[in-house]
Amino acid sequence: MQDLTSEILELVRLTSTDLPPDVEAALREATQAEEPGSAARNALDTILMNVELSRRNSTPICQDTGTPIFFVRYPEGWSTRQLRAQIENAVAEATRKAYLRPNAVDSLSGKNSGNNLGDDHFPTVHFEEVEGEALTIELILKGGGCENVGAQYSLPNAALGAGRDLAGVRKVVLDAVHKAQGQGCAPGILGVAVGGDRGTSYLASKEALLRRLDQPSDDPELAELEQRLTQEANQLEIGPMGFGGKTTVLATKMTSLHRLPASFFVTISYMCWAYRRRKMTLRNGQVSYE
Amino acid sequence: MNKIQLPFDDQTILALKVGDPLYLSGVMVTGRDTVHKWMVDTFIKKTRPPAGDDLQVYQAIQPLLAGSCIYHCGPVVSGLDTQEYRFVAAGPTTSSREEPYQGDVMRHFKIQGVIGKGGMGPKTLQACAEVPGVYLHAIGGAASLIAQTVKRVLGVYKLEFGVPEAMWVIEVEDFPVVVTMDAHGNSLHAEVAQRSKAVLDELLAKA
Repeated sequence: MQDLTSEILELVRLTSTDLPPDVEAALREATQAEEPGSAARNALDTILMNVELSRRNSTPICQDTGTPIFFVRYPEGWSTRQLRAQIENAVAEATRKAYLRPNAVDSLSGKNSGNNLGDDHFPTVHFEEVEGEALTIELILKGGGCENVGAQYSLPNAALGAGRDLAGVRKVVLDAVHKAQGQGCAPGILGVAVGGDRGTSYLASKEALLRRLDQPSDDPELAELEQRLTQEANQLEIGPMGFGGKTTVLATKMTSLHRLPASFFVTISYMCWAYRRRKMTLRNGQVSYE
Repeated sequence: MNKIQLPFDDQTILALKVGDPLYLSGVMVTGRDTVHKWMVDTFIKKTRPPAGDDLQVYQAIQPLLAGSCIYHCGPVVSGLDTQEYRFVAAGPTTSSREEPYQGDVMRHFKIQGVIGKGGMGPKTLQACAEVPGVYLHAIGGAASLIAQTVKRVLGVYKLEFGVPEAMWVIEVEDFPVVVTMDAHGNSLHAEVAQRSKAVLDELLAKA
C-alpha cells in the first residue's frame, strides 16, 4: 500500500493556509454590500488581506486550526488502519511545522497532548469504501468558536412556533443564526441536517459543508429553502463579526436523513468565514488537490 | 487619537467610544479560559491555594496587566523547541466564555483593555464603567495579519496550561481593534442583538 503521509501533510498545509476560491469570491462579493468606512466593511477588508497574507506566507489563516475532520473514500483493498496511521503522522508533522496549533486537550486532566493526537476521535476520520479506482481525502478544519454556536433542535418547538415540517425547520435555523450573533465569526456558512438521530444529524450537518458554496441541494425543496434562509438570515443585519451589516451568512447547505417516527431533529453546524476545506484525489498513482 | 501607546491612562479610556478604530502599540498579555479560571480561583475568590510557581507568576504579571490589555488569544507559536518564540498566527478567541470571570479580573488587576471577539455581557460592561476600561474587538480569523503586528515575544508564563492557554507576554505595534464596549455603558453587541431580535420576531411570525 502506498504511503501517503507527505501528500496528506500537503493537504493539511493547503487547508490551513489557503482559503478555497469559492469562499474567497463570496467574501469579496460581500464587501461590495457594505458601506465604505463602516466597521463591517473594514472587517471584511481585513479578512481578505489576511487571506492573501496567509496564502503567500503559508501561515494559518486562523490560529484556531480547529478539529481536523477527515472524510476518506477509498477503493477496495486499502487498509483503513494504515491510512489512519498516515493521517496521524501527517497531523503531528503539520503541528510541528506550525500549520496547526496543538489543539487536542484531555478533557479530564486538561493536558494538551502537544501534537494534535488524542484518542480515537482526534483527529476525526470518517472512512467509506467506494467503487472505482480513485481515493479521495477531504479535510475540514473547524474552529471552536463556530463549533460552539452550532445547535440541535427537537421539533416541535413551541417557543418558536416551529412544527414538524420545513416551515418549522426554517424557524429554528433563523433562531440559531440569531443566537450565534457574531460569535461564530460571521459571515458564516450553515450546514443543516433535517432528521436522523442526534449523532447522525450532527455528522450530516458537517458533511453538507463539503459542497461548494454555489452548489445547491439536489432536492428542489431544500435548494429553495437554502436560498431563502441565506437571504432571511442576512435580514437580521448581524453583519461581519457581529458589527451590524448586510452579510451575516454566505451560504446555507442542507441535507435530510430518515428519522424515527418519534424524532424530528434539526441540526445546524455553523462554519466561520474561515471555511477551510480542501480535497486530495489519488488516481493512477497521481495526487491532485482542489 | 487613532494610535494608542500602552499602558492606557484613565483620560484616554474615558474619551473612547463605541465604533472607534484603534491601533495599539506596547506590551500586553494573552489569557483565555484556563488563565481566567486560575486567576479567579487562586487570587480573587481563593477557592484553591497557590501551588507551584503561582505566586511568582502573580507578581510578574501584575505590573504587566495594570493599565494594559489582556488578549483573549491562543496563538500558533513557532520556536517551541528552541524557545526562540515567534507568533505565527494570533487572532482573537470568543470572549463570552470569560464573562463569568472578566469583571472581577479587570478590577483585581486594573486591566483597562480587554481584547477578543464576539463581545461580552453586562458584568464586563459594568466593570468597564468602574475600572474604567474598554472592550476592544479584533477581527476573528485574521490570524496571520495580527501575528505580523506582534514584534516580539517577551516571555511566557504557565506554559504547562498548553500553548493556546498559556500567558504570552507580547510587544505589539499597530495592532488593529475597534472599540465595541466603552466605559460609558455602551455596547455595540447589545445593540445588534436587540435590533436583530426584532427582525427575528418578524420573520418567525411569517409562515
